[in-house]
Formats: sequence, C-alpha cells, structure tokens
Amino acid sequence: MSKIPAELKYTTEHEWLRERDDGTVELGITDHAQVSLGDLVFVELPDDDTVINAGDACAVVESVKAASDVYLPLSGTIVNGNQALADSPDLVNTDPYGEGWLFRFRPDTPAELDEFLSNEDYEHFVAGLND
Amino acid sequence: MPFIPHTERDRQLMLQAIGVDDISSLFDEIPLALRCGSLAGVPAAMSEYEVGRLMSRRAQEDQVELNFLGAGAYEHHIPAAVWELTTRGEFYSAYTPYQAEASQGTLQVIYEYQTMMASLTGQDVSNASLYDGASALAEAVLMAVRANRASKSKRVLIPQSVHPHYAAVVKAITAGQGIELVAVPYDPGSGRTDIEALRSHAGTDITAVIIPQPNVFGVLEEVDVLADWVTDQNTLGIAIVNPTSLALLRPPGEWGREGVPIVCGEGQPLGVPLSSGGPYFGFLTCREALVRQLPGRLVGRTVDRDGKKGFTLTLQAREQHIRRARATSNICTNQGLMVTAATIYMSLLGPEGLRRVAAECHKKVRALAVAAARIDGVESAFATPHFHEVVLRLPVRASSVIEGLRQQGVLAGLALSSWYPELQDCLLVCATETKTDEDIQTYVEALGQQIEAAGAAE
Repeated sequence: MSKIPAELKYTTEHEWLRERDDGTVELGITDHAQVSLGDLVFVELPDDDTVINAGDACAVVESVKAASDVYLPLSGTIVNGNQALADSPDLVNTDPYGEGWLFRFRPDTPAELDEFLSNEDYEHFVAGLND
Repeated sequence: MPFIPHTERDRQLMLQAIGVDDISSLFDEIPLALRCGSLAGVPAAMSEYEVGRLMSRRAQEDQVELNFLGAGAYEHHIPAAVWELTTRGEFYSAYTPYQAEASQGTLQVIYEYQTMMASLTGQDVSNASLYDGASALAEAVLMAVRANRASKSKRVLIPQSVHPHYAAVVKAITAGQGIELVAVPYDPGSGRTDIEALRSHAGTDITAVIIPQPNVFGVLEEVDVLADWVTDQNTLGIAIVNPTSLALLRPPGEWGREGVPIVCGEGQPLGVPLSSGGPYFGFLTCREALVRQLPGRLVGRTVDRDGKKGFTLTLQAREQHIRRARATSNICTNQGLMVTAATIYMSLLGPEGLRRVAAECHKKVRALAVAAARIDGVESAFATPHFHEVVLRLPVRASSVIEGLRQQGVLAGLALSSWYPELQDCLLVCATETKTDEDIQTYVEALGQQIEAAGAAE
C-alpha cells in the first residue's frame, strides 16, 4: 500500500500538489508513481519564470525503464525547480512527498486547486487501476 | 517472380474479416490533396536481369582511372581485412540490436566505435552513428538548440565555408522547427571564415555557431580564435570535422580555452568505399553534460547479475521507441554496417597508422599544389594552410578543363562555380595517400594540356 498524505491534493496523472504559505504550489510525483517508474536516473526541470498552460508537459522523470512527462495541472508560472535532483534524482524515490519535490509554481487561479483529488479520492483512483 | 505472398483471395478474406470493401478505403483518412494521384515519372517495371544490367552500366560511369575529386567523399586505401570481416554473417546487418542477450558481439563493436570516435574528437561520448555527415550536422544543430535553453532566438551561425550540401540539408531538416540559419561569409583572400563578419554578431542572442575544420575549400580555419569567440558569447560551438585530419590536428574538444562541446562529421573516410556516393555514415560526439540531448542509439558497458562484463543499449529514454514524438530525433538512422567497417579500419591502422595516412595525404596535396603552380597562370587560390584538398585558380574557367581531363582518365576535381559563382576559375582538388608521385605528374601534365586547349578555345 503506497503512502498518500492527507494534507495534499492529487491528480489522475499521479502528481501531488502542496499549497505553500507564500501562495506558490509545490508539485511532485506520488509514492505510487515512483514505485511504478522504478529507480529514477534523471529529472528534467522547467526553467524559472516559464509560463505554462494547464495540461502542458513541463518536466520529465526518467527511470531505468521508462521516461514520463510531468504535466502542469493548472496554468501558472514556474517559480523554481528542485536543483538537488540534478545530482540526486533518487530523492524522488526515497522521499517523494518531501525532498523529492520537482518544482514550485504560481498558479494563475489558486482557487482551481480545490478541484483536484483529495487523498481519499486518489486512493480510490489508484485502487481502481489495480482492479 | 512475385515477392508479395498474399493472393487476391487472401486479400478479399482479410477485407471481409474487417468489414471493408476495398483496400483504397483504408487510406480515407489521408486528405485527397496530399495524395500523389498517379505514378507519372516512375519508369515501367524491369526484370531483375534488366535492372542488373542498368546498374552495372551506371556503375561503369564512375570508373575513372585516377580520382582527384574530394569535396566531401574521400578515396583512401581500405585494407582487405576490413570488408572481409565486416561482411561475415555475424556482423552483416545495418541495424543496431535491441536484444542485448543475443547481440553481445555487435554491441561490443559499436561500443569500441564510440570509444574511438570520442577519443578522436576529444569528447566524452559518441552515439552509435547517424545516416551521413550532412544529417549529423543537422542533428547537431537540433541538439544545440535543445541544449542551449538560455538562448531564445534559435539563431545558428553557419559559415559559408561549410559544405553547401551540408548547409542545404541542415536547412531542410531544421527550417520546420523555426531555426534561423545565419550565413557568415568567408574571407576571399584566405578562404577562412571572416572573423570580423562573425564578430559583428557579438552581443546578440546566438544559439549555436558551426565551425568547419577543414572547411569545404580544404582550408584550415582559425579554430582557436573561433572557439574562444563562441565561449565569450556564451553560446554553443558545433565542430564539423574530417575524421582522418584529426589524427594530425588538435581535436575540437581542445580548441581554444574551453574546447567545443559538440562534434560531427562524415565517417566515410574511415574504411567506407566511395561506391558512387553511399552508403556512408555520420558521427556525432559530445561532452557528457549534453548526453541527454544526443540523438540516436548509444551502447553502454555494464555488468550482468553475475558481475560479468556486458554491453547494452543505454539512455534509451531519449529515443523514439520510448519518448515517441518528444524523442531527441525521429530520423536518427544508424549505419551499423558502415560503423563496423570503420571500427575495424581504425583498429587495423591504430592511432599511428591513421596519423601516417593523414600526413601522407597532406604531403601529396602539397606536392600537387606545388607542381600545378608551375603551370603558367595556375596558383593556389588561398594562401592558407590546408589539409588534403587545395583550391587551384586557373587561367581559364575551371569547368572547361574537367571533361577533357576525364577523357584522359582523370577525375580532375570540382569546379567551385556552381556553389560559389565568384570562384569561376577555381578547381577544388584532392590528393590522398592513394596517389603516387607519378599520378600527380600525370594529373599536372594533363591539367596543363587542358588549360592550353581551353585557353586556345576561349
């Protein structure tokens, strides 16, 4: 059973979203996603200040067996990427909800954040995939 | 003999099974405007025997006794062992094997090839080869545009001393991606890239700069000055080089203060015969920091679960079978068979052998240039060091001597006027280690006669 922290929002693309005090949102991939991908070997992050539309690919997580695009779930502007991943992409495997965050962005419409899945919704969603 | 196994009845059964009336309706999704409609221009069918005769007749046209034509493809001695080994059944495939467990020999050959090319060009990694030198340059440009994320302009400076065929291929492949190619003129006195013209772009947003060595005139560019300018402008350099020349010249990785991080070129001189223009192969090498932008197959060395050394394709997440539309390239055809030949060629020669080939080429073209300059009115067009080609300025139009020399069994070289209208009287001539002193004497005598004949006619 993978970990799904209660305080985060989730997408059906297996990303998590954390609202921060400064109004920015931190994004990473879920425990379920990192287990599915296997050991990460490379993370390609978006440039700071890039304006990205909802649904556009903005990062790549590459493991020993696959490469997956990461999509920005709601339109916004990239604030900064997690530079620690350049040397230690495995942080995504060891601490997907903490040190393994991918990037922070400033959403155009922060209220849209409420529309994403709760931990319980995401848990159901993942359980449904295994049926 | 038909090679299509399906009978008309087979086809009808298949169409019935999928509920379609006729084969053409399977192509309905292609708009009519995009269909060619007819096969006008395609000649009538020929039998296998007729095709065989046609091809040998065409091959005959390339049989010239003495070849002094270079301009991108170079005649070198290829030790008999190279193709004897390359065409053995174990190697005889153009494709890179995806199944590591069944293909250790081929993968090891490609790994050795990559190691040799990285070493020759002064870089960290090499891919398993590309289609040819021109497409390798286009891929190098695309790679530089992806890698240089600080630049937004997609402007690439390309000297006019880059082979015009290469420039045309780069344009064809990159134009659809919004990449702007900006020409940098050559200096008419030296045949080198005009440094002042290059400097006029200082301070603008430049994504990459191409540096040829030697350039299309065979002339050696001031690569240290060019590479340092590229470094000063915080942009990316792309070297396009002749691999044989690197046995003598400093590799691009060591040009200027910091070296050039992307290197490409035509691999044909390394053991691949001229064979009327192909197949050849392109090479592409780079610094390790750029490896994820490198297109094409890449073989790596690893260990199996018992700790034994083995070889496998690696970093495949760059490639189309995983990344699909977002792959580093979708046209990075690998030329496995040519690479096998090149690897065996380089192994047989070794660094010292390759150095001797390069030195001999340089010596032969120098001898040719000196001897030709004794003909009244003939001189080297550019008073600049060159590798194994030289541009001769003639007292007549260069194109006027070529046919006469051909009738004497000599391929004279390339009249540069079709590429450079200002060089009407210029002939690009190549001499490699394959030419003897007598060959050079034959060439110069024949050239003298033809100039006299052409002069009388004019």
